[in-house]
Amino acid sequence: MSAVARWVVAKLGAAILVVWIVATLVFFALRLSGDPLEAILGGPGSQAGEETVQAAIDAYALDQPLAWQYLLQLKDIATLQLGDSFARRQPVVDLLAAQLPRTLALAAISLGVAWAIAVTGSVIQAASRGRTGIVVGAIMRGLEIVASVMPQFWLGAVLIMVLSSGLGWLPATSAGPGAAALVMPVITLAIPIAGFLSQVSRDALDDADAAPFAVTARARGAGEIRVLLRHTLRHASLPAIALSGWAFGNLLSGAVVVEVLFARPGLGRLLQEAALARDVPVVIGAVVVVALMYVVVITLTDAIELAADPRLRGRARAHRSSEIAVGT
Amino acid sequence: MRALGVSAFVATGVVLLILVAVSAPALLAPGDPLAVSPTEGFLAPSLAHPFGTDESGRGIYTRIVHGARASAGIGVAATAIGVGLGIVIGFVCGLGPRAVDAALTRVVEVLYALPTLVMALLFVAVIGPGPTSSILAIGLATAPGYARMVRTRVRQVARSDYVAYARHEGVTRTAAFGRHVLPNTLWPLIAMVTLGIGQAIVWVSALSFLGLGAEPPSPEWGSMLNAGRVYLSTAWWMTLFPGLAIIVTAIALTVLGRRLSKGSA
Repeated sequence: MSAVARWVVAKLGAAILVVWIVATLVFFALRLSGDPLEAILGGPGSQAGEETVQAAIDAYALDQPLAWQYLLQLKDIATLQLGDSFARRQPVVDLLAAQLPRTLALAAISLGVAWAIAVTGSVIQAASRGRTGIVVGAIMRGLEIVASVMPQFWLGAVLIMVLSSGLGWLPATSAGPGAAALVMPVITLAIPIAGFLSQVSRDALDDADAAPFAVTARARGAGEIRVLLRHTLRHASLPAIALSGWAFGNLLSGAVVVEVLFARPGLGRLLQEAALARDVPVVIGAVVVVALMYVVVITLTDAIELAADPRLRGRARAHRSSEIAVGT
Repeated sequence: MRALGVSAFVATGVVLLILVAVSAPALLAPGDPLAVSPTEGFLAPSLAHPFGTDESGRGIYTRIVHGARASAGIGVAATAIGVGLGIVIGFVCGLGPRAVDAALTRVVEVLYALPTLVMALLFVAVIGPGPTSSILAIGLATAPGYARMVRTRVRQVARSDYVAYARHEGVTRTAAFGRHVLPNTLWPLIAMVTLGIGQAIVWVSALSFLGLGAEPPSPEWGSMLNAGRVYLSTAWWMTLFPGLAIIVTAIALTVLGRRLSKGSA
């Protein structure tokens, strides 16, 4: 089997595993609540009619043995048969498909902006050496900690206070189209991630800075910024790239908060409203979609890592040749 | 290094101050956090009300000080659930048979990858919103992270030379576990738990902010934020100060946690 095919099969296996684990988690979470029927229909005191109750029993096979219920749930989730929303009386798949693109776009732009902020920070720090360098480093370290623990619900609220209520530059809600509506949500999401990415890449940057190839480049007369951009930044970015998958998950957590705060339609707001109304089929569908998105993002970061670090490709080859030598 | 000392010093001071607010809030703010005075609603920060008042004329400062107990308690409780589960799973993975470790670790990795808030919303939707279920939800959602940490640490310790030496000297497996593996695994966790409490306070506040945690009349920081959201353009102090309380607490615990992890490393 070629390396590419092996890689694709491995990623597909990971995706199947993720869906299976999420389906199992959902199954146990529903039973954890005591009465799954009640949970599905919106908690105690739900006003569901007899027909709806019977539909839920049928849809989740609640009158069947537990093992059979579990298998059915696996099948439904694997085939994306997510049922209907009880609060909105619409197929869950349609609801999710309508909201997903907006949230994906928001998360992707925010991740890009976070990367841009983190790289700019590295450049500023590399450009300042000596005494100023120490001061700049201390300030950056402080900013990184503050940025990385900054809760999005507060950061976004402060941005609204200053930029919208105070200065009137930007709209407080982000419901409409247009770039102006996106500015505050993107900044709110990007700043904590930028703080985190730049913390992670700092250690790697310090290591790369002292490595022989960086010393050699300097000895040949390369300036600090050139050393950074041409040599060390690529090394420093590796752990941050590897963690971009995690960062993407964090962005989705943040998207729930940001979409509620800025009254912006999207997957996060759908999830919050569904949780508030205890619309379990929608929540389950959103969790499954988020899990699948994670698989896609991890696959992408893997591919980017291979592109950024030629050593990984070499290692994969070496690994394969050793397998051949053993005769597998 | 000296900068780290100063920030750890300040962080310790902040944590002590929070502990005072938790144990004896009346010392810092003698007023009643729930006393309503309709004539004093929406007052901007002044000498009488340093952080202003909310829509019912309750002092924000008084409410933040008295809310420390609820917010810190929620953070500690959620972290306790997460760490407790994490320790159990981590030890089963780290010391159990290889097949169990491989299977369970896969599951933990996938759950760790799910966004914390998304997983918490799943639990909240199933259990129903409220302060108790928001603690449980955040506890469950943070458990996979702790399980990963504990597993790595258990394996490191269990494979270390001093444990091998103790076993070689005839110490039984159980005794070696109790005397060496357990304490050496759990001690470094203290730093992670300190960091984790700060994060848990932020997460639980996020749930309250989304209207899924503590209900508005209680002076919990997240629900104060949620109440202030409606009046963002007119009464900015209702959102600014509770948020600052959350952030200052989280930063202090993060700095302290880092200092502790450097000390034990």
